[in-house]
Amino acid sequence: MMSKLELKEDRMLEVQFVGDDDVLNHILDREADVLTGAKLKKERTQLLVNTKKIIKKPEYDLEEDDQEVLKDQNYVEVLGRDIQASELAKTPRKNVSLSLKNDPEIINIPQCSKGHSASDNVQLKNNDKSEFLSTAPSGLKKRLIVPRSHSDSESEYSTSNSEDDDGVAQENEEDTNEVILNQKIPSQNRAVSAPVCKETPSKKMKRDKTSDLVEEYFEAHSSSKVLTSDRTLQKLKRAKLDQQTLRNLLSKVSPSFSAELKQLSQQYEQLFHKWMLQLRLGFNIVLYGLGSKRDLLERFRTTVLQDSIHVVINGFFPGISVKSILNSITEEVLNHMGTFRSVLDQLDWIVNKFKEDSSLELFLLIHNLDSQMLRGDKSQQIIGQLSSLRNIYLIASIDHLNAPLMWDHAKQSLYNWLWYETTTYSPYTEETSYENSLLVKQSGSLPLSSLIHVLRSLTPNARGIFRLLIKYQLDNLDNPSYIGLSFQDFYQQCREAFLVNSDLTLRAQLTEFRDHKLIRTKKGTDGVEYLLIPVDNGTLRDFLEREEEES
Amino acid sequence: MATSSVSKGCFVFKPNFKKRKISVPVEDYFNKGKNESEDSKLRFETYQLIWQQMKSETERLQEELNKNLFDSLIEFLRKSYSGFQKSSRDWGCQIKLREIPTAALILGVNVTDHDLTFRSLTEALQNNVSPYVVSLQAKDCPDMKHFLQKLVSQLMMDCCVDEETKEGSIQVAQKKTHCSMDSLSSWYTNVTRKTDPKMPRKKRTSSSQWQSPPVVLILKDMESFTTKVLQDFIIISSQHLHEFPLILIFGIATSPIIIHRLLPHAVSSLLCIELFQSLSCKEHLTTVLDKLLLTTQFPFKLSEKVLQILTNIFLYHDFSIQNFIKGLQLSLLEHFYSQPLSVLCCNLPEAKRRINFLSDNQCENIRRLPSFRRYVEKQASEKQVALLTNERFLKEEIQSLLENLHVYHSNYFLVLRCLHQFTSSLPKYPLGRQIRELYCTCLEKNIWDSEEYVSALQLLRMLAKDELMTILQKCFKIFKSTSEKQLGSTAKRIEEFLAQFQNLDEAKEEEDTSGSLSKGLQKTDLYHLQKSLLEMKELRRTNKKQTRFEVLREKVVNFIDSLVREYLLPPETQPLHEVVYFTAGHTLREHLNAAPRIALHTALNNPYYYLKAFATVVTAAEKMDADSATSEERNEIIHARFIRAVSELELLGFIKPTKQKTDHVARLTWGGC
Repeated sequence: MMSKLELKEDRMLEVQFVGDDDVLNHILDREADVLTGAKLKKERTQLLVNTKKIIKKPEYDLEEDDQEVLKDQNYVEVLGRDIQASELAKTPRKNVSLSLKNDPEIINIPQCSKGHSASDNVQLKNNDKSEFLSTAPSGLKKRLIVPRSHSDSESEYSTSNSEDDDGVAQENEEDTNEVILNQKIPSQNRAVSAPVCKETPSKKMKRDKTSDLVEEYFEAHSSSKVLTSDRTLQKLKRAKLDQQTLRNLLSKVSPSFSAELKQLSQQYEQLFHKWMLQLRLGFNIVLYGLGSKRDLLERFRTTVLQDSIHVVINGFFPGISVKSILNSITEEVLNHMGTFRSVLDQLDWIVNKFKEDSSLELFLLIHNLDSQMLRGDKSQQIIGQLSSLRNIYLIASIDHLNAPLMWDHAKQSLYNWLWYETTTYSPYTEETSYENSLLVKQSGSLPLSSLIHVLRSLTPNARGIFRLLIKYQLDNLDNPSYIGLSFQDFYQQCREAFLVNSDLTLRAQLTEFRDHKLIRTKKGTDGVEYLLIPVDNGTLRDFLEREEEES
Repeated sequence: MATSSVSKGCFVFKPNFKKRKISVPVEDYFNKGKNESEDSKLRFETYQLIWQQMKSETERLQEELNKNLFDSLIEFLRKSYSGFQKSSRDWGCQIKLREIPTAALILGVNVTDHDLTFRSLTEALQNNVSPYVVSLQAKDCPDMKHFLQKLVSQLMMDCCVDEETKEGSIQVAQKKTHCSMDSLSSWYTNVTRKTDPKMPRKKRTSSSQWQSPPVVLILKDMESFTTKVLQDFIIISSQHLHEFPLILIFGIATSPIIIHRLLPHAVSSLLCIELFQSLSCKEHLTTVLDKLLLTTQFPFKLSEKVLQILTNIFLYHDFSIQNFIKGLQLSLLEHFYSQPLSVLCCNLPEAKRRINFLSDNQCENIRRLPSFRRYVEKQASEKQVALLTNERFLKEEIQSLLENLHVYHSNYFLVLRCLHQFTSSLPKYPLGRQIRELYCTCLEKNIWDSEEYVSALQLLRMLAKDELMTILQKCFKIFKSTSEKQLGSTAKRIEEFLAQFQNLDEAKEEEDTSGSLSKGLQKTDLYHLQKSLLEMKELRRTNKKQTRFEVLREKVVNFIDSLVREYLLPPETQPLHEVVYFTAGHTLREHLNAAPRIALHTALNNPYYYLKAFATVVTAAEKMDADSATSEERNEIIHARFIRAVSELELLGFIKPTKQKTDHVARLTWGGC
């Protein structure tokens, strides 16, 4: 037998063969114990050790852990694998750490007793650098974290609500030859032991078990531990693209399957006449399915609607509203030059107009009837009422997954839909171009060029005021509770820099900034006004650099 | 593109005025789609004709079904109104005067069809009771102010339509600011005084016969009104009842108890409620089916699948007759659009005429019909050749086949109804309670092969005499109503059966209970008792002496069975059934009951695309190796594609950005948070 268990501190830990049942009794008698076990188990899967949980554990549990680990070690010994396990314990109540050398294989630790067998697959990575760390119990308050430099893949993940890494203890100073096996084995053990208690006759255990299951269930389904990547887009070091470059870039990509897609769209084009027929017979048509249906509808428009009055409505246009749709019908289609008291009045007027004159015909093409702006109940009601007119024909497309939820029975009967699946697989180029996607430069926030442009038109004093604010904001970059610069402080600073002479001038200046959307004011909890520049910090820094270059 | 802009979302296209005049007639779209298929014009005309007939038939049915309800409602309104008129000083009358006459109209759950019902109700009331009919919906009246506003504006709009329109609308504009019951009642006295001497309405003579017609207020969805609004309104209007005669009509979806649940006793005691129950939508459906499909009046028929889909949509989705009719219209359209031979789907004489004009192409179409091919194969060889080569012979044959089909249908429905009479009252309804269920099973397969049919027959063999006789009488009426040659004898047979049953009554006295088992059991031990009982049982089984009634009953059941086997053949067995049966259920489901989520899912779920995506990544990597200079650009492209993917996912509603973290999105579907 090559393998041998080394116990560095015999005085605290004595090797002792503990029967499975005994271990189970120890574990399962204490609900809290198992609870933490479950937590540990979970954390194991997350490849992140959070000793906060361990801290909660009573000491004797820790000792049991030790015993368990030791028991496993015994098994290991019995198995006679090429393992050299050494116990590392720096303080008496320390968790057992296994040190394994030169064994890259998967070690099977079977746990067999009383006809019940379960095997754990414990994979021990055997890197030279310590990959798994455990902290000393004296540092129980410390938090375990795997250093980023050593294992990149793991460090990318953290619980999304995890606090900052205060109390991080990098225990690299330990023997580099040791790979410290942290709570892995104990937690594995528990995972196996949970089903075992089924076989034990004790009623108490059964009761415990059910409650444990409940706990475990909620533990497993608690949403707080959703793993998200800590990588942000800024780390990509790639400037946010604007819409134009994005489009240029994408145009370079030749779409795959163009032949098939063409065939698909030709197939849909054959339906055009049928659509016309059905529209004319009182149905309205809604197109659904993956892929932009804009081109398809556009072709429909150019091939069959050339000789009839039609209105194309881009639902994805962020400024669209029912009012604008009705306006274009009254003003441009019906040549009415008047105003209406309300949208409903306008609708009534249109409805009457169309009812009176049956020769009047109008086709409405709505791209994305389910867009943000049109999906409201009122909008849908109005469009539905329009579409229920005999001589208004509606053909629309929907894309959102839950779009049909917009319509209740009443609206559905107004629309009188015929559904057509037109999966085109074509990209939603136009539809998403207005969207404030997180990766595309936000049109709401000011880009650098416009910032410079606006500030050039201002007086030097005003520029100085603004620069003050920018600097203050950049200084407070790391302050998460930063809500802005209070007006009084700002005034003080401006005065000190000889930029303003009274708070009235500052206020006048601020009004101008606000008009250009350069600043935003917010009332704090104390009722004081706080000033904030709603531009992202990267842009601000760029701006400052540019300013300094110029001056 | 002409329709993309960063500044506006609506684009109006108006063709030249001259061009617009020549708008394309609808029927052109009918044929162009299918590359000049046969007789498209004729087919479209036939479609329009049949659809118009069906539509007017359904409208007539609806009217008929509502008629009873409306009549009793109007009667109630009249009666209660006359209470207003008699301004007697009687104490009881005065108490009654405090009560608002209220009709509680129980309509059942269904929103869309009710609008139609209310519309026709309003019309009927305006014609018969009072010009002042207002209907309100709960969503328009969140509080008392809006309630009154709506009421006032509708009332004044209504009555100002034909008299002094302008003045009225100005009034409305003014009144909108402050509406109270006082202003209402003063308006009312004003209007009634004005209209009284002139008697301006010719159309509404019946309504203006009353000096001061009541105001009828319809609350379409009573349950959704807030209780406070209802209570307040009722209390206030009961105070004004003497000067503002109001009648309420509540549309109720659930049950009449809801009135008492919504209104406390103090309020509900101000109402004089009468209940009216409308027909349930299921009965409605039955009538519609009965008159549209289970008849030879319309040549168009639905296959089992289509009918099943339509009824399922009705029963499980919306309970809407309108939607059902829409489905019917769509299937009619699809049938005429996709089946070139549907040109023959019209009434028999017309179809016979059209056969003569069938083109060669159409004859080929007929020869290709599976049902026709099956028919040909059964013929003698010379006839086969003639049918396949000789157009004239073929046309003659088609004529007779169509005639057969027609006869088949007329017999089919008679026997179906007859069978329904028998099975609809059986315990547990093995063949369904509604005739549509029976119809579906019969359309699907040979009904006599089904277990349900066997068990139904068994149950029929146990029917009591009077039950059997009433059923037979009904069947007799069914058969009597037609003048079909073949089934005329059936009516006679049933009549005979009836007569025999009658005779049975008279003969009953003579007939003696032949079973002389009443020997009386002697005292015996258990073993012997058992033995003798067994013997008796044996005896009874072997010389099972059927009574004459039983014999006759057996005969009747066998007779029905033979009718079923002869006439209720599924339509697939009939040659040329494709001409009149619409079978493409899947298209119907696709267009009426679509599942966009599934479409999205399948579109994204194809593993092929994942493979393809993988392939693109790999090729990209390869190319990068080959040409490292462009790798930066390639990275950019990948970045751009990623951006596009994210924003598309957002558009489709799969993810949404959250504030939880920078650049964080949350998954919304399929197990997201």
